[in-house]
Amino acid sequence: MNFRAIGAIYKFEMARTGRTLVQSIVSPVVSTSLYFVVFGAAIGSRITQIEGVSYGTFIVPGLVMLSVLTQSIANASFGIYFPKFVGTIYEILSAPISHVEIVLGYVGAAATKSIVLGLIILATAGLFVPLHIHHPIWMLTFLVLTAVTFSLFGFIIGIWADGFEKLQMIPMLVVTPLTFLGGSFYSVNMLPSGWRTITLLNPVVYLISGFRWSFYEIADVSLGLSVSMTVSFLLGCMIVVWWIFKTGYRLKN
Amino acid sequence: MSPVISVVNLSKTYGSGYTALKDINLEISRGEIFALLGPNGAGKTTLISIICGIANPSQGKVSVGGHDIIQSYRAARSLIGLVPQELHTDAFETVWATVSFSRGLFGKPRNPAYIEKVLKDLSLWDRKDSKIVTLSGGMKRRVMIAKALSHEPQILFLDEPTAGVDVELRKGMWEVVRGLQTSGVTIILTTHYIEEAEQMADRIGVINKGEIILVEEKARLMQKLGKKQLKLQLQGRIEAIPPELAAYHLELSGDGNELTYHYDTQSERTGITSLLGDLRNAGIRFYDLDTRQSSLEDIFVSLVR
Repeated sequence: MNFRAIGAIYKFEMARTGRTLVQSIVSPVVSTSLYFVVFGAAIGSRITQIEGVSYGTFIVPGLVMLSVLTQSIANASFGIYFPKFVGTIYEILSAPISHVEIVLGYVGAAATKSIVLGLIILATAGLFVPLHIHHPIWMLTFLVLTAVTFSLFGFIIGIWADGFEKLQMIPMLVVTPLTFLGGSFYSVNMLPSGWRTITLLNPVVYLISGFRWSFYEIADVSLGLSVSMTVSFLLGCMIVVWWIFKTGYRLKN
Repeated sequence: MSPVISVVNLSKTYGSGYTALKDINLEISRGEIFALLGPNGAGKTTLISIICGIANPSQGKVSVGGHDIIQSYRAARSLIGLVPQELHTDAFETVWATVSFSRGLFGKPRNPAYIEKVLKDLSLWDRKDSKIVTLSGGMKRRVMIAKALSHEPQILFLDEPTAGVDVELRKGMWEVVRGLQTSGVTIILTTHYIEEAEQMADRIGVINKGEIILVEEKARLMQKLGKKQLKLQLQGRIEAIPPELAAYHLELSGDGNELTYHYDTQSERTGITSLLGDLRNAGIRFYDLDTRQSSLEDIFVSLVR
């Protein structure tokens, strides 16, 4: 294992975050805080409790997930797309690094940034609404699992994209709607049964449900199902990444 | 001595169906400077890209330092430093950071003293803390070389390294290249400045339309394919070449004051002695003469025409 190479990529990517601190950390924290202000403090005070939890408190896990999902994808996709765009990818491809090491460097950095961001948002949420985490280990497990899985997904998008428009397409047109419709702002159980069935096809439901359970012990689906679905998506992404490196898709051809 | 790079029956066809390399066979000896010449689109960069691991071969085998580039890619790639044709740099990184990053990618431990030496050799030390975006084109090119040298490679690929670099810096770069060769580094270069290949290379390879059409020691190539010219400045203008000199296939300049004779240095007789005698017999006097050997560029152009 070329640990120095993994470290070099990881540090390089983290340094990029340092240079773009406002865009990487401050901006998502501010925009998520606005959700807390509007839906938590302002509108939330007029909405009844959901399954025994105030609305402002109820939406915290969903909003953290929303940020972690979008930032994981954005960080990882940009991290690998930019070297392709400016041509510096030649250096990665010609270095004595395995595919696993490349992925560990880029996805590790992207996931780290998202996890840090998620924790900052969580701490910020605590300023607006009362928070209690029933299962902190599970909370961290879901946070890490989600950050890694969607960083892998972002890595795939970054390889696939051959322009900045494509880089934005999946996060904007697929991931954000799925997150909004995946129970960030409501319980899936509040939906009519037909819509509930359709909603259960949305993989983000399982992430948010499991994450919310770790906070309040309330969930739309069972914990086991949440973990299984998240791990399944993680494995799916790993298979696609393995195929990308095996074939050299959009990297070596 | 076993070759440091061995390319056997290498072919590359892109997904579009375009065949960039056709059954390439090539061996590079340890410690030599090998110049790969070819017109644009000949396949030079594709060949280098495959050897360095940037592109996948469609067919054939390549080994570097005895290591197969697919099976033993770590061992093979760790020997190679690559300076690509285009100026691919991280604009917002500092010179020091980007060169150190390259060293890390190759799994080498930190060695600030070595990085300092490389930057000083390439006249970049004063700009080590500058962001790359602030550097001139020539400096960026040298940063690319510094990155390629950062992990102390045994083989250095230079793909058009002096494109856009001014004459003085170019000379400095070639001094660095000479120094690397002296320390045992094998250099493979492509260049559009054929006079550079003529000055620097030990061997020349010519690639055209994806095929290696010639590999030869430079001196032997110049000797074998080079032609010499004898130019005679005449004392008086002549209207036409006398018929008795027709066998020499002389060329008369437009103003009638200069005769050019082409001869082969490899042939048993150059014909110069008899030409000079026949000129005297024909009453043609000259006041000066000079000879010129065809350049590598002349040879290259005649090969790829």
